[in-house]
Amino acid sequence: MSVFILRRLMQSALVMVAMAVIVFFGIHLVGDPVWMFVSPDMDQHDIEEVTRALGLDRPIWEQFGYFVLSALQGDLGTSFVFGEPALGLIIERMPATLELAFTALLMAVVFGIPLGLYAGLYPDSAVSKSIMAGSILGFSLPTFWVGIMLIMVFAVILGWLPSTGRGDTVDLFGVPVSFLTLDGLEHLLLPAFNLALLKISLVIRLTRAGTREAIHMDYIKFARAKGLSTRRIIGVHLLKNILIPVVTVLGLEFGSLIAFSVVTETVFAWPGMGKLLIEAIQQLDRPIIVAYLMMIVFLFVVINLIVDILYSILDPRVRLGDRGA
Amino acid sequence: MSNAPTLQVTDLKTHFFTRAGVAKAVDGVTLSVDRGEVLGLVGESGSGKTVTGFSILGLVDHPGRIVSGSIRLNGEELVGKPEAELRRIRGRKVAMIFQDPMMTLNPVLRVDTQMIEAIRAHEDVSEDAARQRSREALVRVGIPSPDERLQSYPHQFSGGMRQRVAIAIALLNEPDLIVADEPTTALDVTIQAQILYEVQKLCAETGLAMIWITHDLAVVGGLADRLAVMYAGRVVEEGPVDRVLDAPLHPYTHGLIGSVPSHNRRGARLSQIPGMTPSLLHLPEGCSFAARCPRADDACRVMPQLERFAPSRAARCHHPFIAENDGQEIDLTFNE
Repeated sequence: MSVFILRRLMQSALVMVAMAVIVFFGIHLVGDPVWMFVSPDMDQHDIEEVTRALGLDRPIWEQFGYFVLSALQGDLGTSFVFGEPALGLIIERMPATLELAFTALLMAVVFGIPLGLYAGLYPDSAVSKSIMAGSILGFSLPTFWVGIMLIMVFAVILGWLPSTGRGDTVDLFGVPVSFLTLDGLEHLLLPAFNLALLKISLVIRLTRAGTREAIHMDYIKFARAKGLSTRRIIGVHLLKNILIPVVTVLGLEFGSLIAFSVVTETVFAWPGMGKLLIEAIQQLDRPIIVAYLMMIVFLFVVINLIVDILYSILDPRVRLGDRGA
Repeated sequence: MSNAPTLQVTDLKTHFFTRAGVAKAVDGVTLSVDRGEVLGLVGESGSGKTVTGFSILGLVDHPGRIVSGSIRLNGEELVGKPEAELRRIRGRKVAMIFQDPMMTLNPVLRVDTQMIEAIRAHEDVSEDAARQRSREALVRVGIPSPDERLQSYPHQFSGGMRQRVAIAIALLNEPDLIVADEPTTALDVTIQAQILYEVQKLCAETGLAMIWITHDLAVVGGLADRLAVMYAGRVVEEGPVDRVLDAPLHPYTHGLIGSVPSHNRRGARLSQIPGMTPSLLHLPEGCSFAARCPRADDACRVMPQLERFAPSRAARCHHPFIAENDGQEIDLTFNE
C-alpha cells in the first residue's frame, strides 16, 4: 500500500511539473498584459517602467526559473491587478466554489441514485423512459445555456429565486458559507443545480446500469428466497453493490465539478475561483491564471489519490488483495 | 391432514411469455414430497427442473408466470397467494439452495449480516439471539470456528464452505421443505460427498423434506429416496430411486441411464440419446420425446398421460419398458 502511494506521489509530481511548463509558456503566447496597465497618455519611458515592475522585461526562461523557485516556496506570483499574492486570492475565493461543488455533488447523489434505481427496477415504465430521456438532455445541453434558462424561468419569469451572488453568509469555522442562511440557500439553489445537472445524469445512468445488472444476480434471488422484504433487498443488498462504481466515479468527477464551475459561476456571478479566473483571463492577469491552473491540477491529483484509497475501503475484496500483496 | 405430503404439486404450468412466443418451461408437472423424504428431480438442461423449483417458492421472474395448477405446502395452497404472504413463507417454510455458491452470497455483506437478516425477516428476535442461532446453524453444517467465520466476508470462504453457509442459511428458520438446485454441481467430488452426507443426515434427523434438483444420476442414486425425471417441462417418470435406476420404464430415463458410465457394463460403448431437447417455444404435438425415441410409433402423436405401473411407480409413455422388466417389476412390487 505505501509503495503504491509513493509511486503515485512521484507520478503526481511529474504531472505538476509538466503542467507548470505547459501553462507558463502557453500563457505567454496570449497577449501582452502590459497594455492592460498603461493609459493612452503614458510615454515610452512609463511603459518600460510598468514592464519592469511586472517583471516582464526579463527573458521568458528567467521568468520561468523565478516562478519555479518561488513556487517551491509556496509563492505562485503576485496578481498584476490586485497586487496581492495570487495563491492567497484564489484560496480566499475557494470556499465559495467548494460550497457550490459540494452542493452539486450532494444533488447528484440525492436525485441521481433514486431516479437511476427506479429506472433500473422498472425499465419498461413510462416514468423510467422519461427519466432516461431527461438524463440524455442533462448530458447534452450546454451548461451555460441551461444556466441562462434557469435564470430566465426561476428568477425572471417566476421570480422565485435570486439570479446572482451568494446572498447572506455566516462564518463556519472562520469560513463564510451561504447554505446556513435562508437567503444564502436561495442563492445557492440555482447555480448548484446548474452545475449538478450533468452529474445527476451521469449518476442516473450509472445507477440504472448497475441495477439492471445486479437485479439478475444470484445473490439477489437468494435474498428473495430468504424471504427478505423488498425494501431490504433493494436498500441493502442491491444498493451496496451498485454504490461501489458510483462512489468511484463521483469522486473522480468532483475535480471536474470544480473545473466546470467556471461556467456556472460566470453565469450566476458566483464569487468563486472560477469567476476570478475568467476575470483574470479578461485582464491578462497571468499569475492568477497560472496559479489557478496549478491549483486545479493539484486538486485533481489529490482527489484521484483519495478515490483510489477509498475504493479499497468500500470493497472488501480489494481490501483482501492488499493484505495478500 | 397429517398424512398429507409436505409438498403436493399438481399439474403445474409455468409459462414464459417472450417476444418469440410462449415458452412452456413447466407444462403439467405433478409431484409430491413427504416429510423426511428426498426427491431427486432429474433432467437435462432446459427440462424445467429449475423453473419448477422457483415456482414452488413463488420466485418466477417476469416474463414468466404460473399459468395454472396447484402447489400445496402442508395442505396450504400457494398458487395465487399475494406476494406479501409468499414472502413470509419463503425462507421460513420453504428454503432454497442455489447452484453456484460463489454467486449466492452477497459479496459486500458479512456472513453474520446475511444470516441474522434471514432470521429477523420472519421473527421478532433480538440481534444477539439471532446471532446465536446463526452460530449454531454454522456448527450444524460443519463449519469450524463459527464465531470467526460469522465476521468474515463471503470471498474469504472456499466454494465448499460457501455452500455450507448457504445450507446453514436455508436451515436457519427450520423450514419444512428445502429446494436444492444443483447445489453440489459446482463443487469438487470430495466436498460433494461431505455435503451429501450431511444433507442426508439432516433430513433423517429433522424430518425435513427436500427436492434435490440435479442432472447427476450418481448423486441422486446415493441421496434421494424417490426420483422424478423431467423432460420438456413434464415429469415423464417417477418412482423409488433404486427401481427407477435399475429398471426404468420410460425410454428417456432408459437413455439417460445408458449414457452414464458404469462398472457393471465395463468395456461396452456408452449409448447416447439421438437428437436434442426440443425448443420449448415449439413443442411437438403428442409425446415430446417421440422424435428421439426408438420405440415411438403413431400412437405417440397423442400426449400420453402419467400412468401408474405399480403402486409406487408412474411413467408418461405409450410404450414403457414393461415386458423387458416384467420379472423384476413383479418381484419389486411383491416386496412392498
